[in-house]
Amino acid sequence: MMAEWLMYLAVLGLVVLTALTRTFFFLSERPLTLPDSVVRGLKYAPLAALAAIIVPDLWFVQGHAPVSWQDARWVAAPIAAAWAWWRKDMLSTIVVGMSIFLALKLGVGW
Amino acid sequence: MARVAPGMMAWGLVTGVAMTTSGLPLGVVLCMSLGVFAASAQLSAVPLMMVGAPLWVVWMTAMCVNLRFVIFSAQLRPHMLCLPLRWRLVAGYLSADVTYVLTVHRHGEGEPAGPDHPAPLAYFAGAALVNWSSWNLASLVGIAFASQVPTHWGLAFAGTLALLALLITLLKDRISVVATTLAGVAAIACHGVPFRLHIVVAVLVAVGAGLWMERQASVRATP
Repeated sequence: MMAEWLMYLAVLGLVVLTALTRTFFFLSERPLTLPDSVVRGLKYAPLAALAAIIVPDLWFVQGHAPVSWQDARWVAAPIAAAWAWWRKDMLSTIVVGMSIFLALKLGVGW
Repeated sequence: MARVAPGMMAWGLVTGVAMTTSGLPLGVVLCMSLGVFAASAQLSAVPLMMVGAPLWVVWMTAMCVNLRFVIFSAQLRPHMLCLPLRWRLVAGYLSADVTYVLTVHRHGEGEPAGPDHPAPLAYFAGAALVNWSSWNLASLVGIAFASQVPTHWGLAFAGTLALLALLITLLKDRISVVATTLAGVAAIACHGVPFRLHIVVAVLVAVGAGLWMERQASVRATP
């Protein structure tokens, strides 16, 4: 784990980063043009970063390759994903996913 | 706005829960929750801070997740230019996903905001305020609630589900779906690289693959 003062520094950096990325194109009054390929490439970065956070979270069990298929996340996540695709709604996706997850985990004991 | 506020509150709640169950000190969790105001960046940074990754890795990973805001800012630009720099910074800081989507949906193609036409900015400010307050309130409730729930319930999974829902709503076309799938595969394949750098590898893979597929598609479209 990081030293605590470093964590506060990390948080401060995150505040600045968030403000800078969100104001990027209207920070300066002069029009800012980026090469077309950069703008198009930018589209894929957040998608990939999110996938790279989510997929290993779902696949691995505490950092190790899975040993059993009886994993509540593997049932809950695909159903939640299908729901999200259909409804495009975050609240109901979390409710659907967590209901299945907790039912399997606490009810069936997976 | 009333339609999206409940979703925002759920998102704040699970972010609060996930950050608290990660084991970060409470002071850090509170600062992050109230200060950063970017849940996906927060949730990507927390595990990195837990494994003691260098600062530049934490910031670079959060930056990758935040790059979508750069694109959003281009579309908000026409409405923001009438504001002084100080207020542009405040507005930008507050323009999270939901605020952006609502504002662009309503005023995106319309007349740019100005002294004679304040409607887009008024709408933006209203959405941002509701969004900011409901999100922070819910995060605080999540932080308070998480310590009461046994860890074997695995409530951190709710954070993953929220990111999953966000990712799926961002997927708009087939090339994005393929590039995102490749990123997921790359992340599994690179598992075990230090400091969760698999996220950066996955971003490079997806950007490369996405641009390549776009070029193939345009070559086919214009023979």
